Amino acid sequence: MSILGTRVVRTEDPRLLTVGGTYVDDLRVPELADAVRVTFVRSPIAHARITGIDATAALEAPGVVAVLTVADLTDLAPPPPDDGRDGTEGAPLPMGGPWSEPLLAVDRVRYVGEPVAMVLTDESYQGEDAAELVSVDYEPLPAVIGIDGGLDGGTLLFDGTQSNVVVTKDTPADESAFDGCDVVVERTIVNQRLAPMPMEGRAAAARWADGKLTFWVSTQNAQITRFILAGVLGLDLDAMRVIAPDVGGGFGAKVGADRDAILVAWAAKHTGRAVRWVETRSENLVGMTHGRAQEQTFKIGGTRDGRILAYRLDVVQDTGAYARMSGFLPGLTNLMAVGPYDIAHVEAAYRVVVTNTTPISAYRGAGRPEATAAIERALDLFAAEIGMDPAQVRRENLIPPDRFPYTTPGGAVYDSGNYVAALDKVLEAAGYGELRAEQARRRERGDVLQLGIGLSSYVEITAADAAAGETSRLEVHPEGTATVYTGSSAHGQGHHTAWAMLVEAELGIEMSKVTVIHGDTDLIPEGIGTYGSRSLQLGGVAVHKAALDVKDQARRLAADMIEAAEADLELDTATGTWQVRGDPASRRTWSEVATHAGDAGLVAYVQFAGGAPTFPFGSHLALAEVDVETGKARLIRHVTADDAGIVVSPVLAEGQRHGGIAQGVAQALLEEVLYDADGNPLTATLADYAAITAAELPSFELVRSETPTDVNPLGVKGIGEAGTIGATPATQNAVIDAVSHLGVRHIDMPTTPRRVWAAISEAASGNGQGSTGQGREGQ
Amino acid sequence: MKVTVTVNGSDVVADVADRTLLVHFVRDVAGLTGTNVGCDTTSCGACTVLLDGKSVKSCTVLAAQADGSAVTTVEGLADGPDDMHPVQRAFRAEHGLQCGFCTPGMVMAAVSLLAENPSPTEEDVRSGLEGNLCRCTGYHNIVRAVLAAAPDMKEGRTS
Repeated sequence: MSILGTRVVRTEDPRLLTVGGTYVDDLRVPELADAVRVTFVRSPIAHARITGIDATAALEAPGVVAVLTVADLTDLAPPPPDDGRDGTEGAPLPMGGPWSEPLLAVDRVRYVGEPVAMVLTDESYQGEDAAELVSVDYEPLPAVIGIDGGLDGGTLLFDGTQSNVVVTKDTPADESAFDGCDVVVERTIVNQRLAPMPMEGRAAAARWADGKLTFWVSTQNAQITRFILAGVLGLDLDAMRVIAPDVGGGFGAKVGADRDAILVAWAAKHTGRAVRWVETRSENLVGMTHGRAQEQTFKIGGTRDGRILAYRLDVVQDTGAYARMSGFLPGLTNLMAVGPYDIAHVEAAYRVVVTNTTPISAYRGAGRPEATAAIERALDLFAAEIGMDPAQVRRENLIPPDRFPYTTPGGAVYDSGNYVAALDKVLEAAGYGELRAEQARRRERGDVLQLGIGLSSYVEITAADAAAGETSRLEVHPEGTATVYTGSSAHGQGHHTAWAMLVEAELGIEMSKVTVIHGDTDLIPEGIGTYGSRSLQLGGVAVHKAALDVKDQARRLAADMIEAAEADLELDTATGTWQVRGDPASRRTWSEVATHAGDAGLVAYVQFAGGAPTFPFGSHLALAEVDVETGKARLIRHVTADDAGIVVSPVLAEGQRHGGIAQGVAQALLEEVLYDADGNPLTATLADYAAITAAELPSFELVRSETPTDVNPLGVKGIGEAGTIGATPATQNAVIDAVSHLGVRHIDMPTTPRRVWAAISEAASGNGQGSTGQGREGQ
Repeated sequence: MKVTVTVNGSDVVADVADRTLLVHFVRDVAGLTGTNVGCDTTSCGACTVLLDGKSVKSCTVLAAQADGSAVTTVEGLADGPDDMHPVQRAFRAEHGLQCGFCTPGMVMAAVSLLAENPSPTEEDVRSGLEGNLCRCTGYHNIVRAVLAAAPDMKEGRTS
C-alpha cells in the first residue's frame, strides 16, 4: 500500500518541539558572531515632507556604530528605466515611474512606519535608545486615508501624477444584461484591511565577505529574494547566497523581500559589518504589508425562482502608500468574481488607489477571498429578496459536474469539480434541516441567543503562475539514503514530510532516510518558492518526476548489475529493492544500485513547468450564536468540505484547512487594521489588533471530498488558502442570518458587537436598509 | 547587576543591565533560543517559560526578578527528540504545530495548564490557552494535543 494518503506524523516536529526552530534571530553561526543590530527609524506621521535629518545626538549614544539615511544610498545599482506604463491595466509590478517606492524615505514620508533611517548598534537595547535620538524634521501634509480619501484626489501622494488612482481596469456596464431579471440587488460592502501577522515577524541578517554577500532572511522565496537583491545592489547572482532558515509563518506577506530587508543586505555591504534585524511586533503591525482592503460594489439579478442571470462587481483596492502589487490583487478578484456559479452575464472592473497607509500585498488568498466574499454576500441578499433558502439558491446556480472543464465568462478554465456534491456533503454533515428547525424555534421563542446559519460555496485558483514551474533535485546516495533539493519553500506547511512521502511512495526509500533541503541558493540556485498554494502541485510534482527519473536510471543500473533485461526488473517499494521478476536471489538494494552508479551518481534534476492553474472548490457552513441584546456573535460550529484534488497527506491538508478557517473567521468576527483620520494607526500592537485566540473558536468539522484534476500527474490542487476563502463569508453570512428575522440584511466585517447591535437597532427603528458598516448603501 | 538563575537545572550567573528581560537572559546569556519573542505587549505567549514551576511570559519579567529562581524552558522538558515529554509527544501525534514559532511557548503553557488542571474539558483548554497566539493551526490540533496529553501527564508517564 502506498504511503500517499495515509496519516503520517511530521519529520520536522521533534526538533521544533525539543529545542525550537532556528529562525533568523536564533542563528548563532560564526559569520554573525559580531553582527550589529539594525533598528529602523520610522515615520511617526502619515504624510509629510522631510526637511532635515540630524543624527548627531544618536551617533554619540552608547553602542552606536552608524546611522544611515538616504544620503548614504550612493552605492546602489541605477534604477531600471521607466517603461512609461502606468495608470493602465497590466502595469508593471511594482509600479515604476512617478509611483516608485524608495528604499529609505527621500524627502517625503507616505505612511506611519515608513523607514527613514537605520541605526546600527552593538546591542538591540542600545538601538531602541539611539533611534529615539535621531531628529527628523517633518512638515506635515494632509493625510489621504480610506478609499474615499484616495478617490477624492484633493491631495496627491506622488508628484507628477494627476490622481491617486494608479491602475484602472474599465469594463463598460451593459445594463441590458439585467433587463430580464425579476429581482436586482445592489450594494457596496467593505472587505476590511487585515494584518497577516505571522508569529515570527520580518527578520534578516547579512554579511559581506570576500566579495560575496550572505543573506539570511525570513522569506517564502529565497531565489526570488536573490533576484531582487541583484537588481537593487547591482551584484551578480553568484555573488550572493540567500538562505531562508526556519521561517515562522508567512501567509503571503513574506513573498520575496521588503525594502527593510533589502536595506539590511545593503547595510552589510555598505559598512562591511555583519548586521541583523529582527522587527518588533509594533513594527510588524505597521511595517509588514497588510492585506484585503477593498470596497466592493456588486449588482446581482435573477428570476424569482432562483436563477441568477447577471452579476457585476466593481472593486476599489486601497493599495496603501505604494502600489507594490499594481493591479494584481483586484485582478484576481475580478478573475474569480463569478465564483462557482453558472451565470450567463458577468462583468468585473477595478480601480487601485494609493493612500497614506501601510502598503497592501498578498495575504492568504490574495484577491480570491475578496471575490468569494462579494458573491457569497450577493447570493444571500438575492436569496433574501426572493424569499428562497440560500442553500437552494446555491444549488440552483452551481456549475453542474458534467460541465468541466468549464470556461467562465471572465476567461478562467475550471479544471474539475463537483460543486453540488460538496455543498450537499456539508449540509448533511451539519444537519442543515435540524439547524433551520432549531433556528425557527429560537425565533419563535424570542431567545436572546439567536442562531445563524451561514453558507459559502467557492472555487479558487491555485498555482496561478503554474507556467513558472518549480525545481527539484533528487540524489540517491551509496548509503541508501536520499536527499531532495526543492525550489519550493516551507514555513510551516510540512514540505519535509510531504516530499519524503513522495520519494518513499515511488522509490521505497523510507521517509526516515530522506533528507529535504530548501531555501539556500548555493544549493538550489533555481526555484520560485511558495505562494498561491503552488507547492504540492508544482514543487511536489517536480519531486515526483525526479523520483520517476531516478527510477528509470536505477532500472538501467540494476539491469547492468544483474545482467538482466531492464524490462524484467521490478522495484518492490515495500522493501526498497530491485530484482528480476520472480527471482528474489537477484535482489539489489538502493545502496547497491547507487554505489554502482559510481562517480556519475544517481541524480535527477527536474524543472517542472508543464502544469496549468488548478481550481480547488468547496462549501463551508458556519453556525453562529448572536446575543441580540449585546450584539456579541460567537461561532459555535464550522463544517467544511474543501476539495483540493487527491490528498497526499491528510494530516497536512487538514492542518492547512484548520489554519485558514481560523484566519477567515478572524476576518469575519474580529480583526481589522484601523487608522484615524490623520493616518495614525490604531491597531499597532497586539493589545489593540484583535488577533483571534483559541477561546474564540470551536473545533472544526472537516468533511472529505477528493475530485482529481488531470492537470498534473499527482491529481493534486492547492489547499493553503481554501480556509480563508470559504470560512470568511460563511461566518459573516451566519452572523447576519442570526438577526435577519429582525430585518437586518447586511453587516460589514468584522461583525463586532457594536456593529451587530447597531444593525439590530437600525432595523428596529425601521430605516429599511438594515445595514451597518463603512460601505455606502446601494440603491 | 549580577543575576543567578537556574535554567533547566543549571545555574547561569551573569552581570546584566538592569533592564534585561528574562527572555533575553534565556536567549542571549543562557544561549537557549527555543523561547521566542512574538510581541511587545505580553499578548502572544511565544516567550512562555516556567518560573519556579508556574508559567510566565518571560518578556514581561526582568532577569533581576528571576534572580535566585528556577526557569524551565522547552529545552528542559525532554532529554532529546527520542525522550519527549507527554505534551511534546501529543503535539507531534496530533499535528499541533506548523511553523513552530509559537510552539515552545504553547507547549510550556500547556504543561502549566495540565499541572493546574489535570483533566480539562475542551473549553478549559481553550480558555487556558487564550494568552498564547498561534497563526498556523487554528488551534484545532493544539487543543486536541493538550486533551490527548492529559491522561499521560496525570500518570506521570514521560516515555
